[in-house]
Amino acid sequence: MSDDVVVLGAGMHPWGKWGRNFVEYGVTAAIDALTDAGVDWRDIQFVAGGETIRNGYPGYVAASTFAQALGWQGAPVASAYAACASGSTALNAARDRILAGRADVALVVGADTTPKGFLAPAAGERRQDPDWLRFRLLGATNPTYFALYARRRMELYGATPADFAKVKVKNARHGLHNPNARYRKEVTEEEVMTSPVVAEPLRLLDICATSDGGAALVIASAGFARRHTGHDRHVRVAAVSTVTPSYPNTVIELPNFATDSAAATAPPERTYRDSIAAAAYEEAGLGPEDLDVAEVYDLSTALELDWYENIGLCKAGEAERLVHDGDTTIGGRIPVNPSGGLACFGEAVPAQAIAQVCELTWQLRGQAGERQVDGATVGITVNQGLFGHGSSVLLRT
Amino acid sequence: MTGTEGAPLKGGGRGEGAVSKTRVPAVDDWFTMDDEPALLGKRGTETGAYFFPPDQAFSRHPGAPTEPLEDVKLSRRGRVWSWTTNHYEPPDPYVAPDPFVPYTVVAVELVEEQMVVLGPLAPGADPASLTAGTEVELTLGTLYEDDDNEYVMWGWQPV
Repeated sequence: MSDDVVVLGAGMHPWGKWGRNFVEYGVTAAIDALTDAGVDWRDIQFVAGGETIRNGYPGYVAASTFAQALGWQGAPVASAYAACASGSTALNAARDRILAGRADVALVVGADTTPKGFLAPAAGERRQDPDWLRFRLLGATNPTYFALYARRRMELYGATPADFAKVKVKNARHGLHNPNARYRKEVTEEEVMTSPVVAEPLRLLDICATSDGGAALVIASAGFARRHTGHDRHVRVAAVSTVTPSYPNTVIELPNFATDSAAATAPPERTYRDSIAAAAYEEAGLGPEDLDVAEVYDLSTALELDWYENIGLCKAGEAERLVHDGDTTIGGRIPVNPSGGLACFGEAVPAQAIAQVCELTWQLRGQAGERQVDGATVGITVNQGLFGHGSSVLLRT
Repeated sequence: MTGTEGAPLKGGGRGEGAVSKTRVPAVDDWFTMDDEPALLGKRGTETGAYFFPPDQAFSRHPGAPTEPLEDVKLSRRGRVWSWTTNHYEPPDPYVAPDPFVPYTVVAVELVEEQMVVLGPLAPGADPASLTAGTEVELTLGTLYEDDDNEYVMWGWQPV
């Protein structure tokens, strides 16, 4: 279709704990993506950045930082903060700019340097900030919320820690051959189930680490891509969903103390997490039955199982069976997280949603090497950022 | 799963030391500190929707942004939706005891309000006794202390 936006280039700086400035990771990824696209930086017409809240000057800057680092060339910029969904919010801004006809080719970048240990709220005495208050009053770290969801799965569906461990084993195997992954080592169920308990029932190897890393995309109008490359065989961005919850949201979300009340208004037909991918399917005119591959946000092993249901791979309570049967392993019915997922990357917040799109781009081009999902033509990413940021990107050849 | 002794909330008793400290809420205006403590919320006077915490000037019901809000005490009893015990010391601004003690966070469904509210497990309660649906009641405990004050926090006590 002539009004499609396509991915011309994808690039990453490998994930790790490098301890260097986030700008370096973002620029490395950007240069990779520009080289992959064969586009000169000076021809980029718009730059969108996922914001890091821990770095930069004074903290909430991204796109202009990368534009300056690459050498000012005048393009307008936009920076997006949507927590874990920042990357897809930036992608959405760039895509909308192209769809509106106000740019032909854009660069999307996210990068982060993370401290060791738990992600923590911004410093200072911040009694108006729910993110500060949840740590102060409850000690409610991010894994606390992941653990509440995991325990709920156990109570509702009889899930077990062994089920959760199987997700880690699968993702560790997937990430073995991914040069951008931080952890490239096989893990056994027993190693997962004997690792230190962080937030019961979740253990250290059930929960993703925090990492340094950078990811970038060059996206363009189909017309620009055809003129630039002389062909139309590009990975297309079929949909981007950045939905927020609909009132009343009845599932407890980070960083809140309570859900909305359903006393006055019945909850919407779909839960918030169900609605994120649903909006992408609707825009693309596709459904879960069309998928060949998915990258879901496995902040915890148990959360990956929730996502299977939220993106429609199976009914509620059936996700454990998918991982048991090998359906979501490469070679199975619908491989999930062939990149290795957050289990192998660790989270570099503003880069992560972009990294998901990079992986699907390589999968749909058939460039994923030993982790290739054979014949993949349709893929979905899904993720959720705290404060109510949904994110899902549907890609197709 | 292993049960864990000793949540960070100590009993609401006072006068354990030589000098009794002033009991102050760990957060202002979110709960009462009388014999039957309750969480303080808001209710929209047109929609009947409940809100917690109460630190908001406007209704969050999308169909009634200008409805007046009234102060309400939320139900003191609810049922466990989920829970977790944390085994690592969280970062600031959490004030951890030294040495660190694992602590349990409980998500509780309030039936009348049809909402889920988080809180610590009450002092001395055993997380191993919890299951989804366990009935709990609001109580008070000490979150942390300094030289002058004892900072009081709500907690959920299995009934």
